[in-house]
Amino acid sequence: MNTFNLNNSYKAVVIGGSAGSFQGVVKILSQLPQGFPLPIIMCLHRLKHVRHGFVEALSLKSVVPVTEPHDKEPIKKGGVYLAPANYHLSVELGHYFALSTEEMVNNSRPAIDITLGTCAYVFKDKLIGILLSGANKDGALGMKQIKDRGGLTIVQDPAECMIDTMPRAAMAVTNIDHVLKIDQIVSFFKELHKQYRT
Amino acid sequence: MQEIDIADLRRISELIYQKHHYDFRNYAMSSFKRRVQRILELKKLTVDALIRKLTDQPAFIHEFLDELTVNVTEMFRDPGFWRVLREEIIPSILLNHKQFKIWHAGCSSGEEVLSMAILLKEMGIHQDVQIYATDLDVNILEKAKMASYPLKNMDLNEKNYIRFQGAGSLKDYYREENGMAVFNRDLLSTVTYRKHDLVLGEIFNKFDLILCRNVMIYFNQSLQNEVLRKFHESLFKYGYLAIGSKESLIWCDYANRFIVVNNEEKIYKKIKD
Repeated sequence: MNTFNLNNSYKAVVIGGSAGSFQGVVKILSQLPQGFPLPIIMCLHRLKHVRHGFVEALSLKSVVPVTEPHDKEPIKKGGVYLAPANYHLSVELGHYFALSTEEMVNNSRPAIDITLGTCAYVFKDKLIGILLSGANKDGALGMKQIKDRGGLTIVQDPAECMIDTMPRAAMAVTNIDHVLKIDQIVSFFKELHKQYRT
Repeated sequence: MQEIDIADLRRISELIYQKHHYDFRNYAMSSFKRRVQRILELKKLTVDALIRKLTDQPAFIHEFLDELTVNVTEMFRDPGFWRVLREEIIPSILLNHKQFKIWHAGCSSGEEVLSMAILLKEMGIHQDVQIYATDLDVNILEKAKMASYPLKNMDLNEKNYIRFQGAGSLKDYYREENGMAVFNRDLLSTVTYRKHDLVLGEIFNKFDLILCRNVMIYFNQSLQNEVLRKFHESLFKYGYLAIGSKESLIWCDYANRFIVVNNEEKIYKKIKD
């Protein structure tokens, strides 16, 4: 069964989330299919001055250990990455990460718009963008950029979100391909994985 | 708003290099693009208008540099780093030298320089340490020399200072004046501020400790490599280099001439000439 009409052309998944997204992210990462081939790049709002604990908490349940990339670190297939505290996380054309300490964007550093926007620029139509629960509009512009470059867009169903401002803001500025509950996003990853196993 | 493409960015960096002798040709593309885009929006310019302005108005380059370079910084950013300096790195330098020299490369508006001066004062060695603070942006150097920051920034700075476990309160070092925190001038009596370009500039002195935190992230790898070579040459043997907590030297050619002293806070020690 191919509910989402997927193919194996995708090169990366990028996930944005803020208030109320932690449980969803944990669920997605804990049920990720073994050997999932694409890099997953996450930008989640977090306390600026707490460098430790977050990545460890995510890694506890995740099938793949989550790492905070260093500046200029190459993006590996199947790697799961989290934007480090107090840095913006960008992706560069040579498929590596770049960090920056520029001004906050949407009152956030890391800003989801920056990670999503640079991913859209680099991966174009080979990108899947997912935006989860959150209390501000960071990520909406990034989702629009993903859609405008031909990527696939998914938001967490506002009805399920602890705070639905973020997915709703994205829905207001661009066409979202799928509005899904976390369980459906988990199924989405399973179906996507199947496309790469032939 | 038009999206700026790589060809435009190359035209701009080439022009700046030829005409103004600043070299942004090896800056990291994603942030360089955002910075230029930001200037276009701020000044309400098109790419062509920006290029004309950079060509026809020589003085505009300073305004341009001021906006292009990232000047977001904090006092005692990463308090744990400053604790390691106070408890491990500086004591180990003091074992061999009563007097020594520190270079803040890319000092921006000077918050780290001031943090260092306070740290040294609290260690009772303020007068024994010569500090050099450099940046390529002359406007920001002037700001650094003023050591005067908006009071609204002091909340974060004070929090960092508390986590650093300083000897008193940050308030001991400044007075409030027109919404600004004006720091005591004598803190900076041992600091030499000078314009210096990490990319095109020459080696100008030898140091026991170099701080260059979250500066090289704006460079591409080949430039990072080149700048690390300069830092290596600017350090005495067994001198220390500190970079940002999420920066890495491991992909640089000169990395094997350093050892990691503290991986968490990214402090390296030069062990080979």
